[in-house]
Amino acid sequence: MTVYIARRAALAVLVAAGVIILTFVIAHAVPGDPAATWAGPHATAAQIAQARRFLGLNRPLPVQLASYFAGIASGNWGVSIHTHQPVLYDLATAAPASLELVIAALIIAVAVSVPLGLVSARWPGRPADHAIRAGAILGVSMPIFWMALIFQLVFSQRLHLLPVAGEYAPGLLFSNPLARHTGFDVVDALITGNWPMLGSTASHLVLPALVVAAYPAGLIARMVRAQVLDTVGETHVQMARALGIPERAVFGRYLMKLAWNPVAAAIALVFGYSLVNTFLVESIFDWPGLGSYAAASIGTLDTPAILGVTLFIAIVYVIANLIVDIVQAALDPRIRLR
Amino acid sequence: MTWYPSAAPDPGAPRDSGPAPVTAIAAPRRRAIGGQLRGNPLLVAGGAVCVLILLVAVFAPLLAPFPGDAAIATHPFDVLRPPSAQHWFGTDQVGRDILSRVIYGARISPLIAFFVLLIACLIGIPLGLVAGYFGGWLDDVIMRVTDIFLAFPALLLALAFAAVLPASLTSVTIAIAATWWPWYTRLIRGQAASVAGRPYIESCRALGISRRRIIFRHILPNSVTPLIVQISLDVGGVILTASALSFLGLGAQDPTPDWGLMVSEGQAYFTTDWWTVTFPGLAILVTAFAFNLLGDGLRDLLDPRRVMLR
Repeated sequence: MTVYIARRAALAVLVAAGVIILTFVIAHAVPGDPAATWAGPHATAAQIAQARRFLGLNRPLPVQLASYFAGIASGNWGVSIHTHQPVLYDLATAAPASLELVIAALIIAVAVSVPLGLVSARWPGRPADHAIRAGAILGVSMPIFWMALIFQLVFSQRLHLLPVAGEYAPGLLFSNPLARHTGFDVVDALITGNWPMLGSTASHLVLPALVVAAYPAGLIARMVRAQVLDTVGETHVQMARALGIPERAVFGRYLMKLAWNPVAAAIALVFGYSLVNTFLVESIFDWPGLGSYAAASIGTLDTPAILGVTLFIAIVYVIANLIVDIVQAALDPRIRLR
Repeated sequence: MTWYPSAAPDPGAPRDSGPAPVTAIAAPRRRAIGGQLRGNPLLVAGGAVCVLILLVAVFAPLLAPFPGDAAIATHPFDVLRPPSAQHWFGTDQVGRDILSRVIYGARISPLIAFFVLLIACLIGIPLGLVAGYFGGWLDDVIMRVTDIFLAFPALLLALAFAAVLPASLTSVTIAIAATWWPWYTRLIRGQAASVAGRPYIESCRALGISRRRIIFRHILPNSVTPLIVQISLDVGGVILTASALSFLGLGAQDPTPDWGLMVSEGQAYFTTDWWTVTFPGLAILVTAFAFNLLGDGLRDLLDPRRVMLR
């Protein structure tokens, strides 16, 4: 087990290093001369040369790469062009809101999709199965930026059921200010017993979370169905049936246990995907997370900020995968032997 | 040359969906294709809609009521008209007919998907063949590179690429293709590695058949079915990714009737004029849905053991 974890961790470090190199390559693939851009449109050749020295662009590429690595390791991720703040500071400010959104979405997705996947696999080829499969494929086919706009129009602006945008009603900031503990608004409101705030934050979370949940729900439902159908033929399942164990128990107890592993892997996968999907949703719902930050960075061609977000999410994603690998190995000894 | 059986331990193995041993459950699935189609209404429906979309794309100039509105055009007296007998999907912020633009949009998304998957295959397949057939350090290097690429969600890396390239459909195609090829490398590598160990390949080698011939005549044809399945599964995803990049302003620019761009442009008028966003977005959804249904159905039909992870 220790060997296995060490191997996975080493691989994660390798991948993270590769990710850093890749963002470095992307930053250097920018068409045009960054020194000329930095110096401004009327700079003389001498001034551009000076800018190149100042920005360190005259050094050999390996040296630049090494200093890029050193910068990232020491927390210097560059300065955002549009906020004039260090990128890492911006990311730390924005991350909790996005994590809250994505975690809420994944909870919704798992709660909906796992039972549906099981039902679908229970009666394959029947109308319920076709309907669930079509629904799951619809979920993964959803242009979520469009879904966000439609939901906002229907549920907030026409039916007035849920708030349009933001994290909570702005007036509550004065009547019931939120004490910051975890950075997750809903959790903070809950642990401080701030009930008006809890209601407001929770109702503001519903629409964006539903939208972000569409993709993971579809994907997990398909995974569960495929995995359960895949394990139906295994001998211990046939044994359980032969022993007369009710089909319900066979599905709930024996098949789902086997299906959990790939489903856990899928959850790690969609965690990263959903963080990226917030890029398309947060600005619509005025949600102050990584997605709004990334969308604003893209709009202002803020390269340090874009690469910072990319790197941040990639590293989160690598860590999530590592955690799932370890959990899987702990649950299923067969994996450690591979 | 040496061949290393099953090469190095693949860290992605638990998630790898290479060929698995056929168990008893797979046998009853081998019915006639006709029966399979009848049992799979989703595949038939998806395929029919895909054909319809491609027909719309081909015959766009004949179908669009106002073909001129797909390019630069402005009708200042018809701005933001609701759907009517004349403009079924209403008009946009400069008075162009949205139905015509949606119809012309059918020419863009499938074309992007075609080029992205073509480039992805041209890069991914050779690398996968080399990694799977030769094994050894080459395999290690190639697979670690794919690990790094797959450490990003596709949209994120495509976004980073597209953000540094000038905004255009070509950039979108390049950016997505640059993130998509590792999936094909993985797929082909798994196939090639499993076939390369079979006795008949060894006999080929013993007979002195050239490496090139073994790869092209024996290993590649064995990978065609999963390849077709993977490509058909990916079309919908590529279309969604491309539309997301366009929505963020990194893709097509104004007169182009790109669906993602139309949603992005209509956003500002959406609360009062619902049709500006609804129809272009619906076009994205229907297209992605149809191609995903087709891909999913083909997977069931051709490669039932394959497990979906994307």
